[in-house]
Amino acid sequence: MNQAVGLPDALTMPLAQIDVSDPRLLEQDAWRPYFARLRAEDPVHFLDGSAFGPFWSITLFEDIVAVESDTGTFSSAPTILIGDLTDDLPVDMFIAMDPPKHDVQRRAVQPVVAPQNLAAMEVLIRARVVDILDGLPLGERFDWVEQVSINLTTQMLSTLFDFPFEERRKLTYWSDLATGSPEMVGGDISEEERLTGLTDCLQTFTRIWHERKGREAGFDMISLLQRDTNTADIVDRPMEYLGNLMLLIVGGNDTTRNSATGGVLALNQNPAEYDKLRANPGLIPGMVSEIIRWQTPLAHMRRTATRDVEFRGRQIRKGDKVVLWYLSGNRDESVIEHADQFIIDRKNPRHHISFGFGIHRCMGNRLAEMQLRILWEEIMRRFQRVEVVGEPERVRSNFVRGYKTLPVRLHPL
Amino acid sequence: MPTITLIEFNGTSHAIEAETGKSLMQNAIDNGVPGIDADCGGACACGTCHCFVEAAWLPATGSADAMEEAMLGMRPDRTELSRLSCQISVSDELDGMVVHLPEYQM
Repeated sequence: MNQAVGLPDALTMPLAQIDVSDPRLLEQDAWRPYFARLRAEDPVHFLDGSAFGPFWSITLFEDIVAVESDTGTFSSAPTILIGDLTDDLPVDMFIAMDPPKHDVQRRAVQPVVAPQNLAAMEVLIRARVVDILDGLPLGERFDWVEQVSINLTTQMLSTLFDFPFEERRKLTYWSDLATGSPEMVGGDISEEERLTGLTDCLQTFTRIWHERKGREAGFDMISLLQRDTNTADIVDRPMEYLGNLMLLIVGGNDTTRNSATGGVLALNQNPAEYDKLRANPGLIPGMVSEIIRWQTPLAHMRRTATRDVEFRGRQIRKGDKVVLWYLSGNRDESVIEHADQFIIDRKNPRHHISFGFGIHRCMGNRLAEMQLRILWEEIMRRFQRVEVVGEPERVRSNFVRGYKTLPVRLHPL
Repeated sequence: MPTITLIEFNGTSHAIEAETGKSLMQNAIDNGVPGIDADCGGACACGTCHCFVEAAWLPATGSADAMEEAMLGMRPDRTELSRLSCQISVSDELDGMVVHLPEYQM
């Protein structure tokens, strides 16, 4: 683990000043003791001021589920990020809506990731995974993030949108822009670059929308939006169209990408678990859930209180930001035994909070699991070991818990 | 102990001796019936214990509350027979009930 640089000592600093919105906590992988202290001493914690204003932190698993289940009191509008939306791009997306508007928009695109549809996709995904893995250099150092994680998730995403395959890297770029705002999540993308890039995203997808209109029944997300009466005219509401595109792009990109990298790192940090996997590749499905828990690719979701409410003895005021720290819930020892450890054969591996709970629960969860399962099945057929040969470079954000690079070397069977 | 029959999507039938006072979901898990994931552990917060109750038995299972309605509303394969099995409390009244499991949970 990295030594924290320029951060206060989690164990001795005043409790009231602990600021888990500091994007350096994830960038330096220094977050564990801060959240551990909040869970133990002040699980519903109020921070009076931060770069993102005052906010509550909910850090226990069951408290997060309780807040997510009460959508009347804890609204997903106007945004689910800790920082507020910027004025220049007031996007709207169904993850940041409440019922009933949320429900109809989500229902429009949900069929694309329903397991029925996924079964048909499995052959295609496997063929692409095989192509990617067979093209990797053996015995020499390369970047797993670039060559595997990004490549795999971007190919998948271009399929889900039926986006021009040769231009698919634009999707990754737009995803990084969508989640890289300094004001919203403490990222390091300039507002100018963000605005320019996301405007290009909207224009590109508007063109695709009109080209696709009237085409024979496709089963991609754009065609689904066009076919559903609730969203058939969404292109006429550009900020809503762009918002939902950003949601679907980020949802299908950052998350699986960083879990695809995190799994390699976790197995290298826990060689006994890697041995277990080699001895029994049948553990892969459970391991996939454990990777998603251990990684927690999205660290938080935010709600906003719609009324004054007492929660676990604390007085939350109308309008307060209430931040649900999935990263912390997934380390909550009262729900998950040995929560800090990576254990690929856990008894109940799906009982994690990375997908969220309630009506906003991750819609692509089964697709994510399938992609990671296939990736590991094919890795184990080829490589005795994916060896991490250097420190990962991590993303600066309080939202995306991810990797910019991870140097590895492959050892064939 | 009431006997409840759960039928997988592929037609495989499981008759279980269910424990009263526990949820149908917990009974299915305890008896190793495949086809119910129950990711949230019974908090009515994930929708992955979805099942279809045969019409004759539906009234005896009670009715879905607002939270269950909201979760069921997210299921593409929802029908009027849909319930979340974590929200059905097993009682002697349900002796003989037949429940069908969906093709997938999500």
